[in-house]
Amino acid sequence: MVDFGGWDMPVQYSGLVDEHQTVRRSVGLFDVSHMGEIEVHGPEALKLVDYVSTNAASKLKVGQAHYSGLLYEHGGFVDDILVHKVADDSFFLCVNASNQEKDFEHICGQNQFDCVVELASDRYAQLAVQGPNARDTLQKLTPVDLSGIRYYWFVDGVVSGTPARIAHTGYTGEDGFEIYVAPAEAPRIWNEILAAGEEFGIKPCGLGARNTLRLEAKMALYGHEIHASINPFEADLGWIVKMDKPDFVGRQALARSQQAGVTRKLIGFEMRGRGIGRDGYEVLLDGQPAGWVTSGSPSPTLGKNIGLCYLPVAEAKPGRKIEIVVRNQPVEAETVETPFYKRPK
Amino acid sequence: MTYPENLRYTKEHEWTLAEGDEATIGITYHAQKELGDIVYVDLPKVGAKIEQGKTLGSVESVKAVSDIYSPISGEVVAVNEALTSEPEKLNEDPHGAAWLIKVRMSMPDQIKNLLSAQEYQDYVGAES
Repeated sequence: MVDFGGWDMPVQYSGLVDEHQTVRRSVGLFDVSHMGEIEVHGPEALKLVDYVSTNAASKLKVGQAHYSGLLYEHGGFVDDILVHKVADDSFFLCVNASNQEKDFEHICGQNQFDCVVELASDRYAQLAVQGPNARDTLQKLTPVDLSGIRYYWFVDGVVSGTPARIAHTGYTGEDGFEIYVAPAEAPRIWNEILAAGEEFGIKPCGLGARNTLRLEAKMALYGHEIHASINPFEADLGWIVKMDKPDFVGRQALARSQQAGVTRKLIGFEMRGRGIGRDGYEVLLDGQPAGWVTSGSPSPTLGKNIGLCYLPVAEAKPGRKIEIVVRNQPVEAETVETPFYKRPK
Repeated sequence: MTYPENLRYTKEHEWTLAEGDEATIGITYHAQKELGDIVYVDLPKVGAKIEQGKTLGSVESVKAVSDIYSPISGEVVAVNEALTSEPEKLNEDPHGAAWLIKVRMSMPDQIKNLLSAQEYQDYVGAES
């Protein structure tokens, strides 16, 4: 168990690699109750959400969700979030555990609108059922037709007899669902999901597998790929920025960044020499310091050592020979296309 | 897990087996379990001098890289080369076949500073 933002959480249960492969091949269950939830209610809820986030919340239909960024005025990330449109006047944001108070204060600080912001994390536990057999597992426990929920849509329904928000979302690069339930019900539902998935060989999965799964899918992790000094264009997340929507916090800085062009960019790499480039390790180009690793790990799916790093924008393209300084030794690596893993359709 | 009585242990989760003035060094069952799937082991070369409490190498799992601290001082006389190609042996047999190095001790009395099996067991607590 590790302390993770005040939560006592398992890094692994049966073993990181075993859990990782179980999610890729069948189905795994994650307790991600540490994630924060923020609700925005009121006639101008949409206006506030649209103003504090980079993606176009006005394009969301009721029952739809999207990935988005919360930015500072200077364009750096406060956090990355999932925005769910519950009703025309009600939005549900899933945010990073360690950022929730900061996010809440940031959003409240921008609230010049007719709506109320609530830090609602105490009212929700979150369980993620992920993998090719996630739907068949969860379907046994709910009358909601899960095949009718499109990717990045959600339904407020019932799981194991308890009200649940069932979202067709995930952080593994695999198909799956994330469900939000009352904390008191979560232990029972956890056990019922494990029982329902038994025929598929379901396994409980920890933070370790969550990290390797998201890395293979090249999904950003706050504090690594993104933080207050990184803007979405640098992080290769331009797709969550809608510059043509009404004004939003960080827009001016992003417009300047876009006009001037970013100086550094996130790019994937594979180790060619013996070693693993890990978070914070220096990246060399032609023997000179040129960037830093944000995440790195053996990839259980690919059997290679992979990672993400920032490099000067001119060099941040696949096929560049680089070196990563692993415990004072430069080790050969090469930039590659991402994502490292894409699930078969 | 029951820790072998004939080994001595450190709070950094290494073990030592002393035989005459030679000692075999490894990492404990608890260490490999905490690390998870081990992918690399970096060890000193034969002839290298190592010092009690100082880093002698590192072991890397999918999850993280950790330093290995030397339980005793001396000169390396043998290295378990098999771990280079099969680091996963450390997960399978940490107290046996997956020993790390053998050392000619320069101060054999240092062994007395190390924990007994019972003391180490109490230190790591109950585990499966």
